[in-house]
Amino acid sequence: MTPMVVALAVAAGWPLARTVWLSFTDATLAGPADVAWIGFANYLEHDAGEWYGVLADPQWWHAVRNTLVFAVVSVGLETMLGLAIALALNTPFRGRGLVRAAVLVPWAIPTVVSAKLWAWMLNDEFGILNHVLLGLGVISAPIAWVANPDLALGAVIAVDVWKTTPFMVLLILAGLQMLPQDCYEAARVDGVSPVKVFLRVTLPLLWPALAVAVAFRALDALRIFDLVYVLTANSTSTMSISVYARQQLIDFQDIGYGSAASTLVFLTIGLAAIAYLRLVRLRPGETA
Amino acid sequence: MTGRQLLRRMAFAAFLGAILVFALFPLYYAFTTSVTPSGELFRPEIFPERWTAEHYRGILAGAFLRNILNSALVSAAVVVLTLAFALGAAYALARIRFRGRAAVLFGILAISMFPQIAVLAGMFELVRSFGLFDSLGALIFSYLTLTLPFAAWVLATFMHAIPVELEEAAALDGASPLSVLLRIFVPLLQPALAATGLLVFIAAWNEFLFALTFTLSDESRTVPVAIALLSGSSAFELPWGSIMAAAVLVTAPIVALALLFQRHIVSGLLAGAIKQ
Repeated sequence: MTPMVVALAVAAGWPLARTVWLSFTDATLAGPADVAWIGFANYLEHDAGEWYGVLADPQWWHAVRNTLVFAVVSVGLETMLGLAIALALNTPFRGRGLVRAAVLVPWAIPTVVSAKLWAWMLNDEFGILNHVLLGLGVISAPIAWVANPDLALGAVIAVDVWKTTPFMVLLILAGLQMLPQDCYEAARVDGVSPVKVFLRVTLPLLWPALAVAVAFRALDALRIFDLVYVLTANSTSTMSISVYARQQLIDFQDIGYGSAASTLVFLTIGLAAIAYLRLVRLRPGETA
Repeated sequence: MTGRQLLRRMAFAAFLGAILVFALFPLYYAFTTSVTPSGELFRPEIFPERWTAEHYRGILAGAFLRNILNSALVSAAVVVLTLAFALGAAYALARIRFRGRAAVLFGILAISMFPQIAVLAGMFELVRSFGLFDSLGALIFSYLTLTLPFAAWVLATFMHAIPVELEEAAALDGASPLSVLLRIFVPLLQPALAATGLLVFIAAWNEFLFALTFTLSDESRTVPVAIALLSGSSAFELPWGSIMAAAVLVTAPIVALALLFQRHIVSGLLAGAIKQ
């Protein structure tokens, strides 16, 4: 059985190792098999008074900014919304199973499909959102939600919140159902207000489950590709680091340079994960 | 019931209503769009006045049926292979003591968190050197590296919960490790296998980045790529009716699966995220 584990490690580790190696070469998609080692030139190089490489590309840094804004805002919104919905679904009421099933639907829809659904609803000419907002008199002219560079990242975040809040709801709901009931009994007997119960009892007890859910979502959000790619194509205003890396790799056929970008994506996410683990563990008084 | 209680109940009902509309409206609207005649799409309606099957007929006359078949083939193959390999790996992880097991477990979890883009170049190279480019084999092979770590991790978690005495008794009776795995673990792990299989199926059915990069022709495209690349006579005139028809066709089975096996999915996700 141990060979199985080794095979697993090799199957997943080999492509990553190759990507890192290629990032130090001048490989191209169409190019010959013999590639030359060029050191860190794909990352950063000083030549004739100019800086070259991924780290000197303003487009890369713009993608980093987009990705961080996207991850922080979408995961933040999903956590708050997920918490509110999970709390509502945790109280018994008729038809709860039905609502819970309905909440699961956006999560099951393929990302590409949800991107298309929203692209259609957000369409500037025929989209139902503009139609409704115009009808209500909220806006006086149709808004190009996806095409306008100032709004596009917001649109991407909104669609992601729609699609991924169910995941948060599921994880938080499971956390809620594992909480000991006697604390709530005691709080009820003492007549503590619901808000206080939430802040003083639920939130601290829920913290470990919440921290894990946020970690999973954040790692997922940082590597976002399909939603951005399908909703806004290779538009620079929303480009994430994964979209940037793939554009270099495949569209521009620059395997070396693209691999450098891919490796940086890997490092960025790895560092974010380590930083988050440290941050969560350093909270005093709580055990994860 | 006091007025305040009534108010509170109404607010709660309104919140639930908002959740339902928020969750379901986009899919509902995709459906109504898919049955609205092309000529009336410029005028958004909540209820279509006239119904048509033109978009469905149009989409099914093209390569889309082939794309659906591809997706089904790839997803089914990935589920079967993943479960078979993951069962063996999980057995090793949960039962056999070896040096560095904790490190291997952590490594597997880390691997399942890899950004896909980080392995894209290396995987592309592998796929080409195996001669798999633009074939379904490329997708099955590359998806396995995505699903195996996750599946092995989840199954190992479930296997941990099974008492060791069962296998020990079987081993005393002379059962080989393989028959222990097949006769004892597989029946006991059925719920876990169902949960993992479902999550793997959904992951394979929805995957986009590898499918976009490793296939080129209509014959080997899977559904997500086909939908993403669906375009009309000009770049400015997207066939929204057809896109929505395709969206409904692809989403219906997966949503049905998710709703039918809701409980399994939740337990699988939790095993992957919370336990251990």
